[in-house]
Amino acid sequence: MAEAQEKQQPERYTGETLPAWSLPAAAAETIGIGAGWPERVTRDWALGGSTGAGIRVCILDSGVQADHPLVGSLEGAVALSKTEDGEILIEDDTEGDLCGHGTACAGIVRSLAPDCRLFSVRVLGAGFKGSGSVLLEGLRWAIGEGFDVINMSLSTTKKQFSGWLHELADSAYFRRTVLVASAHNMPVESYPWRFSSVISVGSHEEQDPLTFFYNPSPPVEFFARGVNVDVAWIGGAKIRSSGNSFATPHMSGICALILAKHPELTPFQLKSVLYLTASNVGGAE
Amino acid sequence: MTDHNLQAAVSAGVMSAEDEHRALLQSIVEVARAIFSAKAASIFLHDEEADELVFEAVAGEGSDNLIGTRFPSSTGVAGWVLVTRQPLVIDDLEQDPRHSRETAQSTGYVPQAMMTVPLLHAERALGVLNVLDRSHEIEFSLGQMELLGLFANQAAIALDLLQRARHARSVLNESGGDAGVIARIASALEDLDEEQREPVLRLLAALDDVLHADVSF
Repeated sequence: MAEAQEKQQPERYTGETLPAWSLPAAAAETIGIGAGWPERVTRDWALGGSTGAGIRVCILDSGVQADHPLVGSLEGAVALSKTEDGEILIEDDTEGDLCGHGTACAGIVRSLAPDCRLFSVRVLGAGFKGSGSVLLEGLRWAIGEGFDVINMSLSTTKKQFSGWLHELADSAYFRRTVLVASAHNMPVESYPWRFSSVISVGSHEEQDPLTFFYNPSPPVEFFARGVNVDVAWIGGAKIRSSGNSFATPHMSGICALILAKHPELTPFQLKSVLYLTASNVGGAE
Repeated sequence: MTDHNLQAAVSAGVMSAEDEHRALLQSIVEVARAIFSAKAASIFLHDEEADELVFEAVAGEGSDNLIGTRFPSSTGVAGWVLVTRQPLVIDDLEQDPRHSRETAQSTGYVPQAMMTVPLLHAERALGVLNVLDRSHEIEFSLGQMELLGLFANQAAIALDLLQRARHARSVLNESGGDAGVIARIASALEDLDEEQREPVLRLLAALDDVLHADVSF
């Protein structure tokens, strides 16, 4: 039964408005975009003075310990689980974080974007155990909630889920939800970070949390701080850890800073701003 | 060649393969230990049926009598790495809630630092490679992780071969009836002359096509 559920296609997300397949001549004016980007896009223009205020960031992970001093506060938390019949339940999360990983990610986002609004969607159980169908359903739910940024410091190596994840990643992209996904730490295929509709993140070795690099040789598109990071952990603890899981919330925090200052940006435009302001591209000051 | 002889020949091949794959795993942990100037290195196999981690190769501290020792698969840092399929480097195990000191004590060596990497093959996590207490002079870097990943790749291939050899041996041992039929056919074929052999081979080729058909009707 459980196996059958794993293979069952999740409900397709249908929240997009009907697509405009063409642009009549008279309609060109209706989509005039007054972006007003400066001739040279800089970090200062992109995020200078921003605290991430108002931006809704979802941590899709193992839950978040809301009262951890490095997390600050959580505006909401749900937990997904699978019954013995294979049905997926979405309930208010009363347990918080079961293993520490989600709390670590939330703490990093908070450290960069202190005034953002953090939410937790728990798709991983104790010991980081999770199922692909729970992950898919959690992501589908988060996209439906319309978060501005979804932090996914996780991936699946199971090919059977890649098509559905791809569809969800594209839905997020068209719905103006930025999906920030960590690359695997080893040279293996996993998803959804490999999809071009997400912002994929690997690690660099520098210690400045705002330093990030654009990678001209994708699939990983950006490198952020991911080595020897002091992160929040369960029980109010703090541990030093390394990995792309911790580089990813650095990028999520940076995205929150930019979106708070420029809420009109689509994921495509946001990625362009990230490119122009990357530490190796020239707009880093 | 009689079916008994054929089975014996295949068994001999399978048995020696297991020994060689085990030697390869041992060589990998010894080289990993030397490269990182570590106190110890080990490889665990994940026994999926029992959901346990089993020591398959150990080099350095605590290496005596550990081969074959088992732990529940969710134990400690190795369990975490197996489930997440992500490598993990911890330089202060005392402070890390994922570390199982009790399990470490039972092995006779309690490390302070650990580099652990999953052994991934296709879509499966076959086990983990552990490097304990690398030299203090080697600071963590992404380059170290990459090196560890290369060892892990080698170890995963060796572990996969070891599992295949064991599976082949258990098939030969336990399903003697089915294997015996195939062995008798192979044996009879050996005794045929060229002219008699040709139509039998055509028949077997057709059977092979049916067994491996992508589309059936």
